[in-house]
Amino acid sequence: MSTTAPAPGKPVADERLLKTSPLKKFLGRPELGSVVGAVAVFLFFAIVADSFLRAPSLATVLYAASTIGIMAVPVALLMIGGEFDLSAGVMVTTSALISSMFSYQMTANVWVGVGVSLLATLAIGVFNGVMLIRTDPPSFIITLGTFLMLTGMNLGFTKLISGTVSTKSISDMEGFASAKDVFASTITIGDVDFKITIVWWLAMVAIATWILLRTRAGNWIFAVGGGEQAARAVGVPVGRTKIGLYMGVAFGAWVSGQHLLFNYDVVQSGEGVGNELIYIIAAVIGGCLITGGYGSAVGAAVGALIFGMTSKGIVYAEWNPDWFKFFLGAMLLLATLLNAWVRKRAEATK
Amino acid sequence: MTTEAADTTEAPAPDDGTPLVELDAVSKYYGNIRALEGVSLEVHAGEISCVLGDNGAGKSTLIKIIAGLHQHDAGTFRIEGEETSLSSPREALDRGIATVYQDLAVVPLMPVWRNFFLGSEPTKGTGPFKRMDVEFMRKTTHAELLRMGIDLRDVDQPIGTLSGGERQCVAIARAVYFGAKVLVLDEPTAALGVKQSGVVLKYVAAARDAGLGVVLITHNPHHAYLVGNRFVLLKRGTMSGSHARDEITLDELTRQMAGGSELDDLRHELERAPAPDLKPDTGTPDAS
Repeated sequence: MSTTAPAPGKPVADERLLKTSPLKKFLGRPELGSVVGAVAVFLFFAIVADSFLRAPSLATVLYAASTIGIMAVPVALLMIGGEFDLSAGVMVTTSALISSMFSYQMTANVWVGVGVSLLATLAIGVFNGVMLIRTDPPSFIITLGTFLMLTGMNLGFTKLISGTVSTKSISDMEGFASAKDVFASTITIGDVDFKITIVWWLAMVAIATWILLRTRAGNWIFAVGGGEQAARAVGVPVGRTKIGLYMGVAFGAWVSGQHLLFNYDVVQSGEGVGNELIYIIAAVIGGCLITGGYGSAVGAAVGALIFGMTSKGIVYAEWNPDWFKFFLGAMLLLATLLNAWVRKRAEATK
Repeated sequence: MTTEAADTTEAPAPDDGTPLVELDAVSKYYGNIRALEGVSLEVHAGEISCVLGDNGAGKSTLIKIIAGLHQHDAGTFRIEGEETSLSSPREALDRGIATVYQDLAVVPLMPVWRNFFLGSEPTKGTGPFKRMDVEFMRKTTHAELLRMGIDLRDVDQPIGTLSGGERQCVAIARAVYFGAKVLVLDEPTAALGVKQSGVVLKYVAAARDAGLGVVLITHNPHHAYLVGNRFVLLKRGTMSGSHARDEITLDELTRQMAGGSELDDLRHELERAPAPDLKPDTGTPDAS
């Protein structure tokens, strides 16, 4: 490395720069707060809930974490890019509904519906992105609009087409079995059943991390979130980057939506409301700055893991699940404070 | 010096007399507001053209036209003799015009090496494995900054942890490295101390010596006169003066910059004013 030491015989150019130790570097990582939090939550439930440490319980925890993580990862990327998507929660339901109803009404093969759903969901992402860059209001307002419109459309169209608030069963249709394999199957390792969403989750973390840290697009994501004007001035395609980020969220919504559909066979049109906040909370617990420009995909995944452990841990501890939200709120506050504290310490190199 | 593309493409330019950038009676209106009217400016290779003016004189508007953020409404804008109107900062960069903004030069939270290559990241590999050449980016950033006298131990530190002068230097080094022909600097010394300003001006001069044409926007006539070849004075959106270096002295430049007769009035006013009380402790309590 060319960064180890100043050239010998040459005076040190800037005496204010101290050498940073590897420990300090680790402390400066955005994931740190969430990792510490995850270990704490894990130990806590390992102590208070006897059944928490059993393999099937852990597989259930991972499943709960993965369903949130699939969305938390692209939402984290979007937050690093400086924007929000409040429509992310209902978009999952929209994607499942489109897939189910298009298959049922139009064709005999569910894969056609799955494909149409992918295109339609990505189009919603593009809509969010284009609306944002073409007009001035903050993404909070624009996606709040999309959120309300999708919520209404989910209910309205479902009632209009199937007469009830849920879709018709499509389990006897062609392609259902293979689609279930892809989106909702169970992989048995030893005698423990793991849901395939865990694979999707890990794959999305890996791809998102690769994009963020090693590609030009990743550089642009950090730049549009951390200094949009500066990024624009050096020629970063700000608009395209943001549209791409919204499409990433839409892709996550599609995967989640298809899982919902093929896991339960029918879709309730009112689902998904409120989940957008859970994704954002997971990203924030994972170290994403709410103002953009800082964060990581791994952190968001760990944030989702904390979620999974808390929601299932309360069940295994045989507590009243009503307390879940309280724990969540406390966790969010603690994580934010811990993150702020850690970042201040790590960056105070002077 | 091995200043990449800048050396080879720019060396002959000073002779042929065509300015790299030329504004001729350029005007810009925002609705019914006259932001800029009839301003002319020439930028030659290997020279520094200074634009001086007080707050609200139209300096920012002028920069935005040259940088491609805004289009002019009247007059002509030529790049290397060819009449043009830039539609985006990207187009300006592609035509060799790099702009370094006072506050907006860099993204503070990003590491130095990511900032250095932002918008022009080198890649290797193909298809889905196309990735940034991180090793090259780190090495080059370190080497280029070392040449500017900034010895970073860690190119991974957020650029926001550098001093204001160093950040300006990174931005200038970046423009030079990417082969800019024209460097537009927006108040590079405005927020800096005396020593830091000197460092930045040294690199402005270095960029000039490398054959770049430099537009230096400033409200400090002393800094401008240290390095400038020509001086354009702006006042309330119009051009109140345009001088080559040998036509004007620093005193005259300062006088014009401060508004000429207005400065004389100010001097009289200050001379009449009583000297400030140097004993605040014994002063009346309500003086604060």
